[in-house]
Amino acid sequence: MSDPVIRISKMNKWFGNFHVLRDIDLDVAAGEKIVICGPSGSGKSTLIRCINRLEIHQQGEIVVEGMTLDGSLKNLEEIGSNVGMVFQQFNLFPHMTVLENCTLSPIWVQGKSQAEAEKLARELLERVRIPDQAEKYPEQLSGGQQQRVAIARALCMNPRIMLFDEPTSALDPEMIKEVLDVMVELANEGMTMLCVTHEMGFARQVADRVIFMDEGEIVEENAPEAFFSNPENERTKLFLSQVLPH
Amino acid sequence: MTSWTPTPPRPAPANTVGFVGWARENLFATKLDTLLTVFAIGIILYITEVVFGWAILNASFSGDDRTACLKPVQGACWPFIEAKFGQFIYGRYPEAERWRVDLVFLSGLVGLIPMLMPSVGHKRANLFFLLGFYPIFAFIMLTGGVLGLEAVDTTDWGGLLVTLVVAVTGIVASLPLGILLALGRRSELPIVRALCIGFIEIFRGVPLITVLFMASVMLPLFLPDGVNFDKLVRCLIGVALFSSAYMAEVVRGGLQAIPKGQYEAAAALGLGYWKTTRLIVLPQALKLVIPGIVNTFIGLFKDTTLVLIVGLFDLLGIVQLHFTDASWATPETHITGYVFAAGVFWLFCFAMSRYSIFMENHLSTDRTSS
Repeated sequence: MSDPVIRISKMNKWFGNFHVLRDIDLDVAAGEKIVICGPSGSGKSTLIRCINRLEIHQQGEIVVEGMTLDGSLKNLEEIGSNVGMVFQQFNLFPHMTVLENCTLSPIWVQGKSQAEAEKLARELLERVRIPDQAEKYPEQLSGGQQQRVAIARALCMNPRIMLFDEPTSALDPEMIKEVLDVMVELANEGMTMLCVTHEMGFARQVADRVIFMDEGEIVEENAPEAFFSNPENERTKLFLSQVLPH
Repeated sequence: MTSWTPTPPRPAPANTVGFVGWARENLFATKLDTLLTVFAIGIILYITEVVFGWAILNASFSGDDRTACLKPVQGACWPFIEAKFGQFIYGRYPEAERWRVDLVFLSGLVGLIPMLMPSVGHKRANLFFLLGFYPIFAFIMLTGGVLGLEAVDTTDWGGLLVTLVVAVTGIVASLPLGILLALGRRSELPIVRALCIGFIEIFRGVPLITVLFMASVMLPLFLPDGVNFDKLVRCLIGVALFSSAYMAEVVRGGLQAIPKGQYEAAAALGLGYWKTTRLIVLPQALKLVIPGIVNTFIGLFKDTTLVLIVGLFDLLGIVQLHFTDASWATPETHITGYVFAAGVFWLFCFAMSRYSIFMENHLSTDRTSS
């Protein structure tokens, strides 16, 4: 295995007195796709939010692309453009058109020209299959379209790692597939991806590793085949029996 | 296999569409509705008749002194307004120099109107004209003393001129100050936050009259001998600080309505605090509180009448001052003067109100509005 792009060792985090992440160890190789699942409140979202500094860990070490995450500001900006994030609630900027959402970071953070940024944005909107919605406002789009815009917006920073925090949980069933299709495509192109999701079909299809978390700990991790067919831990078995179709 | 065809649409029943349909539904739906409609129309007719009779039918429109307004059934005494109009607009500003005030009004309009129209371009240059060039130009033109212009002391300013100078300065200063105070109040830096809370709570907790008194009477006591600045300037500062405290709370309301996800998305895109504030948070927050902002502007505009208390004569003050003119002493002089002043204030406030509604619609991004 080549040098990991993300290395997390002995990482701990508390919300006040609540110990939300406990001794997390996780290495992610370049191009690896990891699906993180687990019951709600197990700390899986918090874990990926620590990777782009939306949450700040208190103990242990996180190294992303060779950069140790600490309080320094320069660090923050670089993490911003190395790591893209897609949220459960899309979090598009409602006062900007789809195109403006996508060009924001290239123009204001990476210093690209307007024309350059728009060209890039249009290419990526093409890739998520909504090139004709560029001039609309987010509220005029369906949930699935909004989430694909959010993916395009994150990709506009040309990140090397993409984090997905339950990207399909807020979507109507008929729109889940269009978002997953885009994510599968992205995975096939070799993007390093960490996805918190309950879409087990997606996990089977693209994941290199599935991680199961509970009570702030990584309980089990395995290749998807072994993970689904032969879970080792009792807790994992119980969880899988609840989420997998009977 | 059967195939399904949707039922074709049919026209709506008669009497449910068009004016007849509207009137049936809204005015005469029930017996009580009909009664209320007739009653309301009666009231409207009565008020119209009274107002029309006073302002037009029984009013005097020309004359040189009080004798024009002493008919047995006398309505409004408009010649009083006509005779005093110059005073109401300029105060005691020398008549020969009034073109300077006109020029300042006019150039203000020329700068403001394109700024208010979203479709007109060059906003950056326009903004520079309004905030960079115009205040200096207005200051030089109005006070004079340079460029061969006769100096006009601010004690000679009055009427609508003073009202507009105080209101415009207050409005222009209070928005940016209010935004900074609101951001400061939500800051994570404890000292900045404490200072902003202190400022807001002190200025919001005292009446404007107190602030004006402090500015015009108390402040000079604390300044060393020989250091003195203009009473109007002191009032301007007082009004600006007072209204910025109110503005801060209005803006804070908008800031609090921005979901956490917006900050997180901005952070995930690598935007820092100031870029997030400027590009993501403020545009959304200010749009949300446009009604509150304009409400504060309108309140401020009308509060300018309080400068009378420290001896400055704004529009209302100067109208009242001229009630004492014996050559215009008639039973209708007071009411005519007050109606005129009220009309002028209402025009400005109503214009602001309509513009705010226009802006709300213009900035709306959801699919229900265009």
